[in-house]
Amino acid sequence: MELHQNWKAFFAEAGDISRFTSRFFVQGAKPRQEVAEFFRQCFIIGYKSLPLIGLTGFIMGLVLTMQIRPTMVSYGVQSQIPAMVGIAIVREIGPVITALIFAGKIGSSIGAELGSMKVTEQIDAMEVSGTNPYKYLVVTRVLACTLMLPVLVMLSDAISLYGSYLGVNIRGRTSFAFFFKVVFNNLDFSDVIPAFLKSFFFGFAVGVIGCYKGYNSNKGTEGVGYSANSAVVLSSVIVFIIDLIAVQITDILGLN
Amino acid sequence: MLVEEKTILTNKINSKQQPVVEIRHLKKSFGNNVVLDDFSIELKKGENLVVLGRSGSGKSVLIKCIIGLLKPDAGTIDVLGYDMLNLDEDELDKVRAKIGFLFQSNALYDSMTVRENLEFPLRRSWIAINQQQIDEMVLEALTNVDLAHTINMMPVELSGGMRKRIALARTLILKPDIILYDEPTTGLDPITGKEIDELIVAIQKKYNTASFIITHDINCVRLVADRVAVLMDGHCYAEGTFDELQKSTDSKVKQFFE
Repeated sequence: MELHQNWKAFFAEAGDISRFTSRFFVQGAKPRQEVAEFFRQCFIIGYKSLPLIGLTGFIMGLVLTMQIRPTMVSYGVQSQIPAMVGIAIVREIGPVITALIFAGKIGSSIGAELGSMKVTEQIDAMEVSGTNPYKYLVVTRVLACTLMLPVLVMLSDAISLYGSYLGVNIRGRTSFAFFFKVVFNNLDFSDVIPAFLKSFFFGFAVGVIGCYKGYNSNKGTEGVGYSANSAVVLSSVIVFIIDLIAVQITDILGLN
Repeated sequence: MLVEEKTILTNKINSKQQPVVEIRHLKKSFGNNVVLDDFSIELKKGENLVVLGRSGSGKSVLIKCIIGLLKPDAGTIDVLGYDMLNLDEDELDKVRAKIGFLFQSNALYDSMTVRENLEFPLRRSWIAINQQQIDEMVLEALTNVDLAHTINMMPVELSGGMRKRIALARTLILKPDIILYDEPTTGLDPITGKEIDELIVAIQKKYNTASFIITHDINCVRLVADRVAVLMDGHCYAEGTFDELQKSTDSKVKQFFE
């Protein structure tokens, strides 16, 4: 009986999220675009995430290089470290880790912000003052997440590769030019483009889930905490699911 | 005075006045919980109508139905001649610009300054307006509530009474024809509560607005009400002036005035 209820609740929520997502396309296409609020959100979501994304990207590249170096040395292929790290970061680790960190920072912040606006009737206040709160709050945030995450992923990839370059030079000696020549010689558009494209979907998922959880928050302050938490958990899971689907598609298209 | 007797008298008094809000046979339930059951009432232009009721009696649900935040199960709501239940999104926004709503929790936008809070409805409205006019209107609204000096402060820096006044200033900024007050004095000390009551009366006199005030604060009712309706068991149980209802011999009405 309990299992039945859980499945019922699962499908009910999946239906609600689908409806919430479809509203994004309907409302987003309607006139009176919230341009100023969109750019404000791009600044908050994109620019203000740069330090965290940059730091984690740098550590990711450095640590990955230091971890794989002994194995590569034992096989005598240490010269291929830049190629291996480059492909791993650009194709998979960069987009996914950046999206997960983005989900933690931005998903929770959107969930908590909209959640507290909901329980303090600020969303209702917006509605009665002739503003469509979905368009003003949700469309702008989802669009900003969708467009800012790919930019952050590109920056994170670049900083990770720089971290990797420093990691290579801790035990060995490789010039900057040589390191990046090996990286780019082994990267193809079929590595870069699918990874870039999937990061749009990651950003969209984080934005939609954060907004959905916040917008439908209830039970007072407890509900706000739950919204923030569940936004991070659900958007992280969805990032992995999108990644799984993306890898199947690139495999079918022969891009792997 | 019970509703049947009162309706005849009120109709005589107000026969020349056009109602700005007409609610007919309103019904609203949440699951099996019937909150409003055949509720009918009218609000005349320039009148302060207080809906008195116990906590959980459906007062907030009633005004949220009027403004369109909740959809009733049955009945009709006409505001300024518009059928609120059959308007499209754009029409509803235009009617809402003529209605002010003071939330119980004030609902000031935390991330905005007082100035931005007041500018928000102006910038979103359908009225073409330039920055100089916006500045003048913001200052006028703040002057009305004696808080012009808070213009650059954040809501979190204000006291409860000040937040209520700022919320009232934001409600007034579009010079609405009708103002809906959701428990305007709840959570305030008696002195601040009285100040808010006096402000409600001053606004009514200055702008000739019609106000729908829901409360269970009897001091507020005494100070602001031109007419009082008692909401009980989902319908309008009694209606009259404050003095008439205070003298009522009906035990259910009397309990509010004891």
